Amino acid sequence: MSGLLMPKPDAATLSRRAEIVADMRIIVPGEGVVDTVNGMRAFETDGLTAYRQLPLVVVLPDTVSQVSRILKYCNERNIRVVPRGSGTSLSGGALPLEDAVLLVMSRFNRILDIDYPNRVVVAQPGVTNLGITHAVEQEGFYYAPDPSSQIACSIGGNVAENSGGVHCLKYGLTANNVLGIEMVLIDGAVVRLGGKHLDSEGYDLLGVMTGSEGLLGVVTEVTVRILKKPETARALLIGFPTSEQGGQCVADIIGAGIVPGGMEMMDRPAISAAEDFVHAGYPLDVEALLIVELDGPGVEVDHLIGRVEAIALKNGSTTCRVSTSEQERLTFWAGRKAAFPAVGRISPDYYCMDGTIPRKELPRVLAGMRELSEQYGLGVANVFHAGDGNLHPLILYDANIPGELDKAEAFGADILRLCVKVGGVLTGEHGVGVEKRDLMGEMFSEADLDQQMRVKCAFDPNHLLNPGKVFPQLRRCAELGRMHVRRGKLAFPDIPRF
Amino acid sequence: MTTFAPTTAAEVLETVRWAAAEEQPLEIVGHGSKRGIGRPAQTEHTIDLSRLTGVTLYEPEELVLSARAGTSLVEIEALLAERGQQLAFEPMDYGQLFGTEAGRGTIGGALATNLSGPRRLKAGAARDHILGISAVAGRGEAFKAGGRVVKNVTGYDLSKAMAGSWGTLAVVTDVTFKVLPAAETETTVAIRGLLDEDAIAAMAVAMGSSAEVSSAAHLPEEVAARVAGAALGGSPATLLRVEGFGPSVAYRIDTLHGLLKNAGAIEMIEGEASRAIWRDIRDCAPFADGTMRPVWRVSMTPGTAASFILALRMEAGADAFYDWQGGLVWLRMEADPEAETVRRLLKRFGGGHATLVRAEPQWRAALPVFEPQPPALSALSARVKEQFDPMGILNPGRMVAAASSDRLVAS
Repeated sequence: MSGLLMPKPDAATLSRRAEIVADMRIIVPGEGVVDTVNGMRAFETDGLTAYRQLPLVVVLPDTVSQVSRILKYCNERNIRVVPRGSGTSLSGGALPLEDAVLLVMSRFNRILDIDYPNRVVVAQPGVTNLGITHAVEQEGFYYAPDPSSQIACSIGGNVAENSGGVHCLKYGLTANNVLGIEMVLIDGAVVRLGGKHLDSEGYDLLGVMTGSEGLLGVVTEVTVRILKKPETARALLIGFPTSEQGGQCVADIIGAGIVPGGMEMMDRPAISAAEDFVHAGYPLDVEALLIVELDGPGVEVDHLIGRVEAIALKNGSTTCRVSTSEQERLTFWAGRKAAFPAVGRISPDYYCMDGTIPRKELPRVLAGMRELSEQYGLGVANVFHAGDGNLHPLILYDANIPGELDKAEAFGADILRLCVKVGGVLTGEHGVGVEKRDLMGEMFSEADLDQQMRVKCAFDPNHLLNPGKVFPQLRRCAELGRMHVRRGKLAFPDIPRF
Repeated sequence: MTTFAPTTAAEVLETVRWAAAEEQPLEIVGHGSKRGIGRPAQTEHTIDLSRLTGVTLYEPEELVLSARAGTSLVEIEALLAERGQQLAFEPMDYGQLFGTEAGRGTIGGALATNLSGPRRLKAGAARDHILGISAVAGRGEAFKAGGRVVKNVTGYDLSKAMAGSWGTLAVVTDVTFKVLPAAETETTVAIRGLLDEDAIAAMAVAMGSSAEVSSAAHLPEEVAARVAGAALGGSPATLLRVEGFGPSVAYRIDTLHGLLKNAGAIEMIEGEASRAIWRDIRDCAPFADGTMRPVWRVSMTPGTAASFILALRMEAGADAFYDWQGGLVWLRMEADPEAETVRRLLKRFGGGHATLVRAEPQWRAALPVFEPQPPALSALSARVKEQFDPMGILNPGRMVAAASSDRLVAS
């Protein structure tokens, strides 16, 4: 584990472990408390496997009342809590702490209500993202956000991370598809935000909760919007001699008023790794490969395919194939969907980054990455949600070579700095977690971060929920609340007035 | 009474810092087009943002626009229209309803009040399109949140916290919104003569189909004639808007026809005629009657809206029409807002929130204008407010009768 500084474990909590475990068994009777090293081993890491830590104890409640009692208990005794869904976070959002209760929500796995006339599903947070679609697909409906871990990741975790996916340019992120939640605050209070209706009667705390990475509350129920499946979907596979031409093609498609269901780009190293792995028929003589998927009624899709083909040709595409069957469409996607494991075949390890950039900066960022790649002596392959500018560089390294993980992490940090420099952000969909925590200063000033932490103070004044994540340093709420200006110290403002 | 009219973010900061230090309450105003909504203001000073203007970035191919908070919404929409784009959340214009000038309102005001329109159903509200902000918190400190890209999960989404905060947390100085291509064409399918209950069922069928209906409204008999210069005549109209590329719209209209042919007589309304109807529904034109009779905006579960209205009419006189498939009910009362009745029945029919958007000031002072929250949630909201605006100087008492604003009034 490279030099990640986590909050210092609280000695008093560690010394009371046996008592805490016993109390947890009273709150959650049966098999819901895991305290053996072997049992807890399964929970020591999440999707960011470079970091591992055994928790104080693992607790798997199965009622809202238990969650409320656990949080109240911990709050009163100043015990830290790390919430966890399915543990697929790619940023270490569910990384345990030595002195924290790991609150695992996987037993909340029931769908509570399927309401077709109002097009909503109410689910417990441990239901998987794909589980929601499976529950409604016989009626032709689906849940739109589709993070690539959708078979495993939980809807509660999706709320915590504001998860995206391939289709969010057209259909939005989790925040745009969740209508309501029930959550438990650190003091045990149960609060409902939203529901089957739209918008909020007061502050948009649902918007604040979505993407808050388990630092503000524990989600115990989620109401999501479901959509009717598009009648058809077809894809184009378009190759370009340069990434500039590919980027311009994307800009022109959007400039023409077309919002594709999905629009993905891969660079040469990613294309060749994917083609070697799944033989999707990708052209190997291009620098940029674009997959454009159009969905909707058949006539619309056919109409737009013609227009996209013309735009591609105008931008100098050297190959352009249009799927003529569902099988062919899936083959086009097979390479892209297998890009991560494909890169895993050509390198012992890879490190997946997640910056977002204004799309027009793609050539500059790719060029910058090539330079960094030479400087660090590590390869990089790129897959890119081209429609919304979300870039996933995969840094190739070998963890068995001493120092190479550190080098990969430093390379990754430099890539994210570059993203911020061109007007982008540190993370598009994977979250800050522990991974990008120490880079927050690249994007936000101290004042920006202080205001975010003050919101944290409104929810969790003692920083007990998921500490050590998102914020590079936790400042005490009393200190954050202090006002720096006193009465009589400021002149009447010299501003135009009436 | 001083009205500050800053022209830069730095001047906004200076003003708010002074107000925080001196514990002087500030009313935050753009064009003042929604000034009549909320509890009546009790502030000593005003900060008028209508001179903090200008589009600072517009990149059509990146689907992004940034502007200073006081920039006119109409100007922004005109700029976007030149490039075939729009604010897809379709911000409503309260001018007609209040009997004031139409076409007023700023982009900052659209965010602060989380505006939307009939397309809310498919495209979301202002909250769903805001990408980033710069703002001055009530504590007198400038901060920014979000960014200029669509996909961003870096830090808390404080931009969304501004949506629907009615200027009580921070003075937003700059906004960045996602913009989207405007539809090439639109057609509205109008089913005539349905009772409310049947209209709700028909809208659910349409929204649950693959016809990608972007708006669904029902105008009962007494309301239908009051939109678009009585173009719809006087019988109930259940309206389904289909937008997009020409061939696709034609195909989807056929789909709706097939699904709903037995529901009632169907008419087609094309292009500009369709747009005029949806503009009036957006702006609540049916209740723009030149009076201050109480008007409620009720957000609720779509499927129970007709039953809610039926139950309400057993207890009080009310005109109503439905947008958002029934999820948005506009209500006009006869004289008394009947707040207790409206909110009690709303709870019985699945919950949601009722906002008293139009009423004489004495009603708005005496009744909760915004839906009261359960104790744990209202305490949480108060703590959030405290963290942005510890002295309670920003629009005190506009949303709730805050303890801190009482303190300011007393001092």
